[in-house]
Amino acid sequence: MSGIPHDHYEPSTGGEKWLHSRLPIVGLLYDTLMIPTPKNLNWMWIWGIVLAFCLALQIITGIVLVMHYTPHVDLAFGSIEHIMRNVNGGAMLRYLHMNGASLFFVAVYAHIFRGLYYGSYKAPREITWIVGMLIYLLMMGTAFMGYVLPWGQMSFWGATVITGLFGAIPFIGESIQTWLLGGPAVDNATLNRFFSLHYLLPFVIAGLVIVHIWAFHTTGNNNPTGVEVRRTSKADAEKDTLPFWPYFVIKDLFALAVVLVVFFAVVGFMPNYLGHPDNYIEANPLATPAHIVPEWYFLPFYAILRAFDSEVWVVIAANFVTGGIVDAKFFGVLAMFGAIVVMALVPWLDTSSVRSGRYRPMFKMWFWLFVVNFFVLMWVGAMPAEGIYPYIALLGSTYWFAYFLVILPLLGVLEKPLPQPDTIEDDFKAHYGKSSSNDGATAATPAE
Amino acid sequence: MLKKLALAATLALAPVSGAFAAGASGHVENFDFSFEGPFGTFDQAQLQRGLQVYTQVCSACHGMKYVPLRTLSADDGPGMPEDQVRAYASQFFEVYDEEIEDFRPARPTDHFPENNAAGAPDLSLMAKARAGFHGPYGLGINQFFKGMGGPEYIASLLHGYTGEEKEEAGAILYENTAFPGGWISMAPPLYGDDVEYSDGTEASIEQEAQDVAAFLMWAAEPKLMARKQAGFVGVVFLTVLSVLLYLTNKRLWAPVKARAKD
Repeated sequence: MSGIPHDHYEPSTGGEKWLHSRLPIVGLLYDTLMIPTPKNLNWMWIWGIVLAFCLALQIITGIVLVMHYTPHVDLAFGSIEHIMRNVNGGAMLRYLHMNGASLFFVAVYAHIFRGLYYGSYKAPREITWIVGMLIYLLMMGTAFMGYVLPWGQMSFWGATVITGLFGAIPFIGESIQTWLLGGPAVDNATLNRFFSLHYLLPFVIAGLVIVHIWAFHTTGNNNPTGVEVRRTSKADAEKDTLPFWPYFVIKDLFALAVVLVVFFAVVGFMPNYLGHPDNYIEANPLATPAHIVPEWYFLPFYAILRAFDSEVWVVIAANFVTGGIVDAKFFGVLAMFGAIVVMALVPWLDTSSVRSGRYRPMFKMWFWLFVVNFFVLMWVGAMPAEGIYPYIALLGSTYWFAYFLVILPLLGVLEKPLPQPDTIEDDFKAHYGKSSSNDGATAATPAE
Repeated sequence: MLKKLALAATLALAPVSGAFAAGASGHVENFDFSFEGPFGTFDQAQLQRGLQVYTQVCSACHGMKYVPLRTLSADDGPGMPEDQVRAYASQFFEVYDEEIEDFRPARPTDHFPENNAAGAPDLSLMAKARAGFHGPYGLGINQFFKGMGGPEYIASLLHGYTGEEKEEAGAILYENTAFPGGWISMAPPLYGDDVEYSDGTEASIEQEAQDVAAFLMWAAEPKLMARKQAGFVGVVFLTVLSVLLYLTNKRLWAPVKARAKD
C-alpha cells in the first residue's frame, strides 16, 4: 500500500495461504502495523493516537450512557441526574464522556497546529489534510449536538443561538432553520434529531479516520524535516525509517499514558472546570442566561462570528455592494465558516517549496503569532461583546484571514529558506550522533 | 408570537443580565470546606447538620426533586441509619401518590419533594449551578485554584444580607453582598439559632450557612468521594504505566540511537 519499499506479509503455513488467497486481511493488518515510519518523528507526532483513543472512549462511554438517557424535553435533564445518582459508575461514565470531548479537542488542535507548522498539508498529502478537516468539522457538529442533550440552560440557548446562524442566510435562511429544528423553535423535535445525529456522526468520523490513515499510509508520514523518505531502494528507505510496530506504538502509548494521567486528574478532581454552571439548570425557554457562552473549543470561532458587527467597514461595504443582502449577522456567519474554509485550503495557499517550518525563518514568526492569536481569540470569545473586546476580536479575526490569504502566499516568494538536511538519516544522526549520553526521554526527538 | 415571548423574557431579566454584564458579581468568601482538594471528603456530622437546616428552614420554600431520600443513608454521604431515614422521611415530608390519588408520608424510595409554592428554585443541583469564583479576566485561574465556588457562593449568600430592603415593581428586594447585582428577592432565611443542633454545635448564622452549603454540595454531587477515589486510582495506575512504558521505550530505542553515533 505504501510507496515506501518495505517487506510485505508472506503467508507461510497452509492455513495462512488458504486465508490469504481468499481474504488478505492478515496482510492488510501486517502492512498497516509495519508501515515504515520516519525515525525522526518528534513528540508532536503522538496526537494521532490520542485522537484515536478519544474516539474509542467517546463511542464506548456514549453507547453505555445512551442505555440510561431519555431524549425528551421533559425527561432528558432528569435522566442525566438518574445517570449521575442511580446508575452504577454512571457519574464516572458521564464525566469521562463530558471531559473526553475536551481532550478530543485539545488533541485535535495540537494535531492541526503540528500539521500547519511542519507543512504536513503540502503535496502529496492534500487529501489527508482535507479529510482531516472534514473530520474536524464533524467533530464540531457532534460536540455541539452532544452539548444540547443534557437539556440544561446552555444546551438550550446554545442550540438557539447556533441554529439561529442558519437563519441569517438571506431568503432561505428561515426555512433552513425551521427544517433543522423540526419546528419554529428549539424543542422536542430538535432534541430528538440532535440525539440521533450525535449517535450517528461518530461512526461517520470513524469511517473518515480510516480514509485519513489510508491516505497518509499511501504517501508516507511527513516528518519534522519535511524531507521525504528515500524510496530509491529498500535499503535506503530502511536508513530513514523504522517500522511502526514496535518503535512508534510503544512511544505513542507512553505519550498517551502521560496525557491520560492529566485527563484522569481532571475527571477525578475537577470534572466541571471546563463546563458552564448554567448547564446544571434545566432548560427554560422563558429565561435567557446572562451570557450565552459556547464550550471552550468553539470560542475562537465564536469570537470571529461576533467580531464583524455592523460598524466594521468591510461589513458596511459588503452590505452596500450586495444591496443589503449580506448584513452584519450573515457576514459574521460567513466569516466563521470562512475561517475553517481558508484553513482547509492551506495546501494551495502556502506557496513555499519548503515543507517544514523548521527551515523557514520568517514563517516561524508568523506561525507562532498565529498560535498566540488562536488563544487570544479563544479568550476574547468568552468575554462580553463590549468595551475593548470587540476590537481585539476584530484584530484577531483579521489576522486569522491574513495569515492564510496574504502571509502564506507571499512568504513563499519573499522568504529565503535555511538549508535542509539531505536525508532523514542525516537529521537523526545530527541529533543523536553528537550527544554522548543516551537520554530516553528524548528518544526520537530531534532538536527543535 | 415567539419573538414577543423572547422579548418579554429578555426584558424581564434585563436588570439581572445588566448586573452580570457590568461585572457586578457579588463578594464570595473562600470558605474552607472539608470536601475540597483531591483528597477532601464530606464531613458526615456537617452533612447531617446541613440536612437539619435544609429541612427546618430551606424546605419551606425550596424543593430538591432529584435527590432520593434513600441516599441519606449513603456511607459517603450523610450516613444516617436506614431506620432513621425511614422515620425522617415520613416525619418531615409528604409526597403525592398517584395510586391513592392523595398525599401520604414520604418513604425512603421517594425523592425529596419539589416545592414550587414560592417560585423558589429547586436546590438539587444548586451547588453546581452557581459559580463563586471567576476570572480574573476570563482566564479561569481563580476557578483552578479555589474550585468553582458553588458552596462558597451559597454560604456567602446566606449571611450576605445587609438588612437593607427596597420595593421594586411591587416586590420587596433585600440587599445582599454576595448576590450578583446586590438585590435578591429571597428574604433573609437565617437569623442564628434557627435550628437546635443535636451535636451541640452552636447554630450561628455562619455555621448554619456553611453546614447547609456543604449539604447542598453533597445533594448536587453525591458521588464526589467515589469520583475522587476513582480519579486518584486512575492517576496512580497511569503514572506507573507511564513509567513502565517510558523504560520500555528507552530500551527499545537505545540500539537505534547507538547506531546513529557510528
